[in-house]
Amino acid sequence: MGHLSRIIAPVAIAAMVAPAAVQAADDVEALRAEIAAIKAEYAQRVTALEARIDQLETTATTAAAAPVEPPPVPAAPARTSSAFNPSISVILAGNYADLSQDPGDFNFAGFMPSGGEIGPGERSFNLGESEVTFAASVDPYFTAALTMALSAAGETGVEEAFARTTSLPAGFSVKGGRFFSGFGYLNEIHAHAWDFVDQPLVYQAFYGGQYGQDGLQVKWLAPTDLFLEFGAETGGGGEFPGTRLGRNGLNGTTLFTHLGGDLGDSIGWRAGLSWLGMDAEDRAYEDVDSAGNAVVNSFTGSSETWIADATFKWTPASSTRRQALKLQAEYMRRTEDGSLAYDVGGAGLNDSYRSEQDGWYVQGVYQFNPRWRFGVRYDELDPGSTRIGLVQSGDLLAADFPLLLPASPSRITTMIDFSPSEFSRLRAQYAWDDSRDADTDRQLLLQYIYALGAHGAHKF
Amino acid sequence: MISPVRGLCVACALIIGLPAHAAIKVLATTSDWGSLVTELGGDKVNVYTATSPLQDVHRVDAKPSLVARARSADLVVATGAELEIGWLPVLLRESSNSKIQPGAPGYFEISSALRLLDIPTAVDRSMGDVHPLGNPHVQLDPRNIATAAKALSVRLAQVDAPNAAYYQQRGADFQARWQQAMTRWSAQAATLRDVPVVVIHKDQTYLIHWLGMKELAAIEPKPGVPPSAGYLAGLVSRLGATPPRMILRNAYNDPKASDWLAERVKAPVVLLPFSVGGTPEAKDLFGLFDDTLRRLQAVAR
Repeated sequence: MGHLSRIIAPVAIAAMVAPAAVQAADDVEALRAEIAAIKAEYAQRVTALEARIDQLETTATTAAAAPVEPPPVPAAPARTSSAFNPSISVILAGNYADLSQDPGDFNFAGFMPSGGEIGPGERSFNLGESEVTFAASVDPYFTAALTMALSAAGETGVEEAFARTTSLPAGFSVKGGRFFSGFGYLNEIHAHAWDFVDQPLVYQAFYGGQYGQDGLQVKWLAPTDLFLEFGAETGGGGEFPGTRLGRNGLNGTTLFTHLGGDLGDSIGWRAGLSWLGMDAEDRAYEDVDSAGNAVVNSFTGSSETWIADATFKWTPASSTRRQALKLQAEYMRRTEDGSLAYDVGGAGLNDSYRSEQDGWYVQGVYQFNPRWRFGVRYDELDPGSTRIGLVQSGDLLAADFPLLLPASPSRITTMIDFSPSEFSRLRAQYAWDDSRDADTDRQLLLQYIYALGAHGAHKF
Repeated sequence: MISPVRGLCVACALIIGLPAHAAIKVLATTSDWGSLVTELGGDKVNVYTATSPLQDVHRVDAKPSLVARARSADLVVATGAELEIGWLPVLLRESSNSKIQPGAPGYFEISSALRLLDIPTAVDRSMGDVHPLGNPHVQLDPRNIATAAKALSVRLAQVDAPNAAYYQQRGADFQARWQQAMTRWSAQAATLRDVPVVVIHKDQTYLIHWLGMKELAAIEPKPGVPPSAGYLAGLVSRLGATPPRMILRNAYNDPKASDWLAERVKAPVVLLPFSVGGTPEAKDLFGLFDDTLRRLQAVAR
């Protein structure tokens, strides 16, 4: 096609020039101008075509030059359509628990129960959540992944199921589906990659473990040498502390920013600030009133959380001993404002409610040998000042809301783990847990984690 | 007349403050490829090397600083063959940079231009850290460098088309200097032929293959698996019958196991740079081979 146009161009010009020579004199000027215009146009086209030919020739040399001397590795030939199957990874985990307090009555004194995964779990041997992940490119524009969690009881849950863009310009990416929110540090990290058996108390009390969203996430990474990322999410907002709302539209907004870089050759760091805001409608929880009757109360209103996180990781770049030290801390402060209904379906009293609660943890994990790590974590929660309208008005006693009575949950955790390879980890963890308004729960947990199949790389 | 699109681009460039002919940004996973890109790209490239020569490239953190570098990179030069599988996919994903995704011109794997050794016929994790696509530690055979350099020159010309002629000329110049050096190295290497050696990890394979040395054993019973006391005792008795002339240790390896074995089999440990910057003398790729051969010959003689 290119060659054909190249031949046609001069022929066409010649065809126009030849009759022009025998035209009447007064037409000559007009024709000259026309021919000049045509010439200019074709010159331009020919140059463009020549450039294209040059380009094609270079590409041809590229193709010819690539397999110099030894031919390239014959990549595993894609003989069948199974080459397009997603990669599969499976995580098996479980533990043995020895707990000094009954795990059945675990709660966070001073906090409305999140209804999620809280506490140390059952006593004795337990099968943990088995995780199965399928991941693949969808097409040139998206990749997608599905992570299912199979509980010991045989329930299947969808932990994450999302697609994300791969070819948006200017550092943007969009993720849609169900995903762990990108706020803070630990929220996005899957259980098998945690440094301790369980989540910090603040994650358990504030989100029931991890906060997920069914919705959309947009991230932008700045084109700077310093790592600077901004993200925003919104969606259905059905997970604690929010609830699904009985109307159209969105519930739950997450805004987050992370900043990161290096200190010298050996220290990497990342710090962030996030905000999470949403509404809850009839968010119910069970309590026992002062007379000992089981009641169901429910909160309706807004819930806002600020999250600050910081992580430092030291991996000596000029040492052959594979040591590493990771320090991380997160602080969260939540304000809930609205109304609290007491004994829904019974007494049915309702008045204002406002709480300001916070929690934080700090932890350090030291890899003192390529396969061994030792870690310590300290957790604290502050139920803060909770104002319950029904108590202030004198309709009810503070003792009618025993779960919301002031307390100061805290926990100290130590762990040591041994990783025979990147794909297996055995861990022993001992914790002194003062989450409940009762005696300290001494928890010994022995855990195993095995990763099978195409195991994805981990985040920082 | 300036087209609106072009005008917009110029305006953007002015706002961001980029010089009109900025050097292209290259993210190299190891110091060897960083050095090769510098040889081939000169001052038209701005190279950032992701790892230090004393790090084990299998195990690197996808640090935020690396994500930031990947974000603005025009070209990523990696070894490939799954060497960087533990961290590079995260960098590429988190970078939100479509230019450097696998399949795009801005993503180049050195191993894609080479014929790899040790391609396993079967893979199973019980075999240790096996690489299904073959042994990825390709940098210690200078013939691999020459081959990879040709493909990389072409790729540089493709990514930075306005400077194609420059890369072609610079590539030709590098090939000429490298051929000359290879002639010198081959002459030096003659004394190393058939010298029996013990390695730590299977990452000297290309060097041994090129020099024609004999690999008697590896200190790791399986790739990436540290030796047990029982395995080491067996190794000592096995090597008693056919003692090695030397034990090769890479700059990034922990010296403990090799020193222990050296004492028992009465063979010296030879510290090799393994990568550019692994020893002070291995300043660039030429220095890497000069220093490696010098250190080997000092013991073999």
